Amino acid sequence: MADDIFILGINMTKFGKHPDKDTIDLAAEAAMAALADGGVTMQDMGVLAAGNLMEAAAGIGQQLQKQIGQTGIPVYNVANACATGATALRTAIMAVKSGECEMGLAVGVEKLSGAGLLGGGGSAKSDKKVFEPKGRYGAVTSTDGRIGTNTMPGVFAQIGMEYGHKYGGTSFELFAKISEKNHAHSTLNPLAAYTKKMTLEEIMGDMMIAYPNTRPMCSANCDGAAAAVVVSGAKLKTLSLEQQRRAVKVSASVLTSDPWQESCQVLPDVNTLTKMAAKQAYEQAGVSPEDLDLVELHDCFATAELVHYDNLGLCEEGGAADFFNSGATWRDGKTPVNVSGGLESKGHPIAATGIANIWEVCHHLRGEAGDRQIEGAKVGLAHVIGLGSACGVHILEKSAA
Amino acid sequence: MAAVPIVDYLVLGDEPHLVAKQCTSCGARFFDRRNACASCSGTSFEDAVIATSGELKAFTIVAFAAPGVPVPFVAGVVDCDGTSVRGNVINTEPDADHVSLGMKVRLATYAVGTDDDGNEAIGFGFEPIEN
Repeated sequence: MADDIFILGINMTKFGKHPDKDTIDLAAEAAMAALADGGVTMQDMGVLAAGNLMEAAAGIGQQLQKQIGQTGIPVYNVANACATGATALRTAIMAVKSGECEMGLAVGVEKLSGAGLLGGGGSAKSDKKVFEPKGRYGAVTSTDGRIGTNTMPGVFAQIGMEYGHKYGGTSFELFAKISEKNHAHSTLNPLAAYTKKMTLEEIMGDMMIAYPNTRPMCSANCDGAAAAVVVSGAKLKTLSLEQQRRAVKVSASVLTSDPWQESCQVLPDVNTLTKMAAKQAYEQAGVSPEDLDLVELHDCFATAELVHYDNLGLCEEGGAADFFNSGATWRDGKTPVNVSGGLESKGHPIAATGIANIWEVCHHLRGEAGDRQIEGAKVGLAHVIGLGSACGVHILEKSAA
Repeated sequence: MAAVPIVDYLVLGDEPHLVAKQCTSCGARFFDRRNACASCSGTSFEDAVIATSGELKAFTIVAFAAPGVPVPFVAGVVDCDGTSVRGNVINTEPDADHVSLGMKVRLATYAVGTDDDGNEAIGFGFEPIEN
């Protein structure tokens, strides 16, 4: 029987624009704060897992060590699309779980302010003067915009619409209402990039990006970092009572990739691998969706949040629209979802997201969430998905100590 | 001077259609080359003709795209008799009044442009089938 794993210390920076800080500054800020939160230093760490997507070849982990402490421990630089942060955390967890070390540090950081539209293929390509087949599809010219879309808002719009086609109950207004909820939640989160409450009319009337996603229904590109210190159960027992009291149990840590599905080659299937990850996580943790006091899920777009109610088993199959309409996912509902404001308002500095959502859940389980505290929270779930695809699900429980 | 398809899985001629590489073991279809089947790991493939009509099972109306990509346009996924195909909905207004989930569509081709040798690239999309 493997030893339990706990989050000993965790932190996220303010998400938003940080023109005066570079990637390493942000990573160092989160890492130092997470270490301090856990009452430890880099001298105690046996492994470092560092996630950063936009500079994935830069060796962010080693750069971070030079900033906060070079102790010769193994560094794993990871990149896994929007699941990069969760992958870094899981890497540290696996190292501790394997017995190779007693404590590890996971960091996710991204500088994304002003990055604009992601997935659109960057700059425009003028048509070639000679039509020659190129690439895996033998394309003679750019296909983005001619054979579907590569833009993230457009891809995730289709994912929400596909759900509506299969089960019914969706509309532009329904998706906008999900965004209305998350923007309302964000007003209580001082670390969110945007904390402005928005009316349904404002959301639906804002700039259309990819129907039915208007601008406030899209995740906000911003800068930010998050970091977590994980510790083995055996080591935790040797630490102070205060450290034991604030430690949060990692009841499940799961990472999946997408198995083959008929249509996944054409439109990414974010459903199957999330369902797999959720099932494994509930089994590992021995909890059911009804036990969850709060959920932070990957609302990279309003259209994505809806499908994940179903994928995470928060509602019955096909019942996501009814589930949302019941009010269940508002912070005073049965299963509060994205009380942080979600990616649509808190922001989505890609590699930080998969640790920042863990921080949000830990904050509530420790009873330290202030104005937005979900009272009596004991169990929470954090979910991220990166296209390609990778899905991370972690279930966290309040310490028994 | 000749007509060239925008992608190699579009077959031109009197009856334009799409063709996929189909796994001979499990029937999974791919529009690009594979070393082994992503579904069953089989290593043998044969060409399969894709049905030219189907049902729109997902779509978005892209209003904001990379520079040089004309907007708005309708991007979607069409269920062509069990095979999911990515493509734009064309020959109709790109708005939610003219495009709906479950609408019946059929393959249609159009001229994309001409290169310096006078070759014309032919693209494809799906147009509504009038009821």
